[in-house]
Amino acid sequence: MPHAVQIENLHKSFGSLEVLKGVDFTVDEGQVVCVIGPSGSGKSTLLRCVNLLEQPTQGKVSVGGVELTDPDVDIDAARRRLGMVFQSFNLFPHLSVLRNVMIAQQRVLKRGRAEAERVARENLGKVGVAEKCDAFPLQLSGGQQQRVAIARALAMDPALMLFDEPTSALDPELVGDVLAVMRKLAQDGMTMLVVTHEMGFAREVADRVVFMDGGVIVEEGPPDQVIGNPQHERTRTFLKRVLDPGHADDGAGAAPPAA
Amino acid sequence: MTQSTTAGPAGPAGHVPGRPRFSPRKKQQISRGVQYTVLIAAVVALAFLVNWQGLAQNFAKMDVAEQSLPDVFTIALRNTIIYTVGGFVLGSLGGLVLALMRLSSVRPYRWIATVYIEIFRGLPALLIFLLILFLPLALPGFQVPGGTYGQGILGLAIVSSAYMAETLRAGLQAVPKGQAEAARSLGMSHSRAMISVVIPQAVRIVIPPTTNQFVSLLKDSSLVLFLGVSGEYVELTKFGNDLASTTSNATPIMVVGLTYLLVTIPLGYLAGRLEARQAKGR
Repeated sequence: MPHAVQIENLHKSFGSLEVLKGVDFTVDEGQVVCVIGPSGSGKSTLLRCVNLLEQPTQGKVSVGGVELTDPDVDIDAARRRLGMVFQSFNLFPHLSVLRNVMIAQQRVLKRGRAEAERVARENLGKVGVAEKCDAFPLQLSGGQQQRVAIARALAMDPALMLFDEPTSALDPELVGDVLAVMRKLAQDGMTMLVVTHEMGFAREVADRVVFMDGGVIVEEGPPDQVIGNPQHERTRTFLKRVLDPGHADDGAGAAPPAA
Repeated sequence: MTQSTTAGPAGPAGHVPGRPRFSPRKKQQISRGVQYTVLIAAVVALAFLVNWQGLAQNFAKMDVAEQSLPDVFTIALRNTIIYTVGGFVLGSLGGLVLALMRLSSVRPYRWIATVYIEIFRGLPALLIFLLILFLPLALPGFQVPGGTYGQGILGLAIVSSAYMAETLRAGLQAVPKGQAEAARSLGMSHSRAMISVVIPQAVRIVIPPTTNQFVSLLKDSSLVLFLGVSGEYVELTKFGNDLASTTSNATPIMVVGLTYLLVTIPLGYLAGRLEARQAKGR
């Protein structure tokens, strides 16, 4: 069986700035992989290369056995199988919540209005915002908006969900609702690739954690290993900063975090 | 360089430093008093020096004003609205095409759109109308469809499409990039994402400036005068001018002016309201 995601020797440059410097990794079906790392490490770019929102400079990206970097592939068709959740939600502000979840079903999957509405309501119920169907996105809290965005992606029956720092734009007290929805998705067996700063979530939910820095994968493995007992100096420094931000300036070589 | 004024006490006869001769409050009173005095003097002078009788005879003669009724509304205003709305609709469509061309990834499209926009924003609208008059000479056998209406609408559309293109381009660019990305990541094609997601939002963004453009187009419709229209095709300005000539009186022009204001002032108000609502909605 092909890997859900297979990335080989991925390079991405913006002008003269090389953001990804040769990344290889795979995600298997049903797996949850969390990508962590400092800002500017290329983790968001990596995620955006998976559904080709960024065109890789070099390398191969395959999803479910289909090579997306093949110039002759129908990228629109391929993206239908990939749900994406953005840091800034990106709901369509001119459409009601229900229409947000319906529009791609109708226009892309050519589902009828009734079926699209049924699927939309079902998914909005699943993420716990069923009662907000007729509201407009900007009337919702950030946490509700992000859950609608997840429902919008799920309504397309994706084989893989990509999350680009889904809780980074949320007020702290709203993070939990979104993480709960993602945890539930993982339990239901969804294949997920998650860029996140939520170490607790990564540790609890991920099958594998990938630590990136400077455009390369520094370390990857089970969460207890990468987060609990990191092997590399850079991973240790990063985790110390994230888990204990009050002492961010402690020199390198400090003890591994107690988390 | 700042010079300290706090060093040492003031001389025995000097006033307290930092305290000008007139307090700001006093200064303001004096200034306001002067302004009112000038205003009252001007009003009084006008009242005595101007020949009000003569003015009224020439600009506000009631029986001449009555002559313009009801044609000023049933023919002239109606035609003005036909020319304006026609030019606006055609110009908006052309403007949308030009805006999309300017944002196209195909370089020659960008050039063509840029050249068109620069030319027709840079020329006086009157010049366009004069050129339209010569179209049949340049292209023998060519007739602008729709006759006189068609010519007027075409002229207004040529001008307004250049302005609309720039407004719409700004609107399209004001839609956050994440919107198109979200649409594409749901499997929409580029054009589907534009139609379903980006353009509807851009249109909302440009409604207030577009309302202002409609007002200026309404005023530009007076240039139809130069197409040599007559009879049932006259719009407000031509109508007023003709009637003013036959009656040797300026009253019809005043009537026409008031008719323009009847439309433009509410529209300007509406644009302001829409703008305020949008500012609040963000």
